[in-house]
Amino acid sequence: MINDTQWNLWEVFVQLKTGKPHEHVGSVHASDKEMALQNARDVYARRDKPVSIWVVPSDNIVATIPQDNEAFFDPADDKVYRHPLFYKIPKGVSVDIH
Amino acid sequence: MTYTDEIKKHLSIYAQRHGDDRLILGHRLSEWCGHGPILEEDLATTNTSLDLIGQSVMWLKYAAETDGLGKTEDDMAYLRSEREFKNVLLVEQQNEDFAYTTARQFFFDVYDLIFYSELRNSTDETLRGIAEKSVKESTYHVRHSSEWMLRLGDGTEESHQKIKNAVADLWMYTGELFFMDETDEILIKEGIAIDLNKVKTLWYENVSKIINEATLEVPSLDTFMQKGGRKGIHSENLGHILSELQYLKRAFPTAKW
Repeated sequence: MINDTQWNLWEVFVQLKTGKPHEHVGSVHASDKEMALQNARDVYARRDKPVSIWVVPSDNIVATIPQDNEAFFDPADDKVYRHPLFYKIPKGVSVDIH
Repeated sequence: MTYTDEIKKHLSIYAQRHGDDRLILGHRLSEWCGHGPILEEDLATTNTSLDLIGQSVMWLKYAAETDGLGKTEDDMAYLRSEREFKNVLLVEQQNEDFAYTTARQFFFDVYDLIFYSELRNSTDETLRGIAEKSVKESTYHVRHSSEWMLRLGDGTEESHQKIKNAVADLWMYTGELFFMDETDEILIKEGIAIDLNKVKTLWYENVSKIINEATLEVPSLDTFMQKGGRKGIHSENLGHILSELQYLKRAFPTAKW
């Protein structure tokens, strides 16, 4: 970007409990990885008490664009057999169906 | 805890000195709120500010208790005047720019971590508790300000010049961090206080390492050092700080928040 003097952008992922996934919480600007980690701590770990933080350069994230959506995601809509709906689920097991 | 009145008197002075350091530095850092160079650093600075003010509450509470005059930590913070404040002159120095703030913070943080690490061995349960809780906070503070020293010193020509000036100007205020008098002597004998000469040696080692790495020159310890703060003799800065810090409490003595 021309005339953008801001430092690089880093995406921040916070894990609140061991075994749980790191979840994306936002982004920070930073000159390098150590400062990105510290900035992430200062911005996103002020109230909760995470067990781990990841920072990733935003440039390194490969993402779909909205134009991809039909081709990428619509076909999943009508394929009911992809969901585990045809099994008897043992008592006491909960299944999270999206 | 069964201390003599003499010990209690010195314990109160001791707690005021270390509480005032943190209250005044915390206040100085809070002045950056909304003015940080970037949003992330604005939050980092105010996080540190709140840590220090939180620590000052514990110190001043203990100072009030040992004082035996029925005061509270709020009385200590809001109703004492300049000459009654016992903080070192370093912490009342102005923010100036980010380099000054960083150098001031770095000098204090390195001292703070060593001070608390040592204080964890105090015979006094309250001081041990304060040290135990605070040492975690100061571990992070040192990491943050050290990293900034490196980046400013070994950064651009401009950042190098600014941090070089800040180190040169603030160095003469560092000697007072290791000031000791009869209060320290009496409390050291009881195993309550710690020997700041030991802290001084470790401090110089640690500070030198980072300053060198930041491609700056390490000043000598054998140079003129300012003092006075521990005895209540302050720079003009403290009055300005207190006028802001104490305004609300003094204008509206019964205000609750």
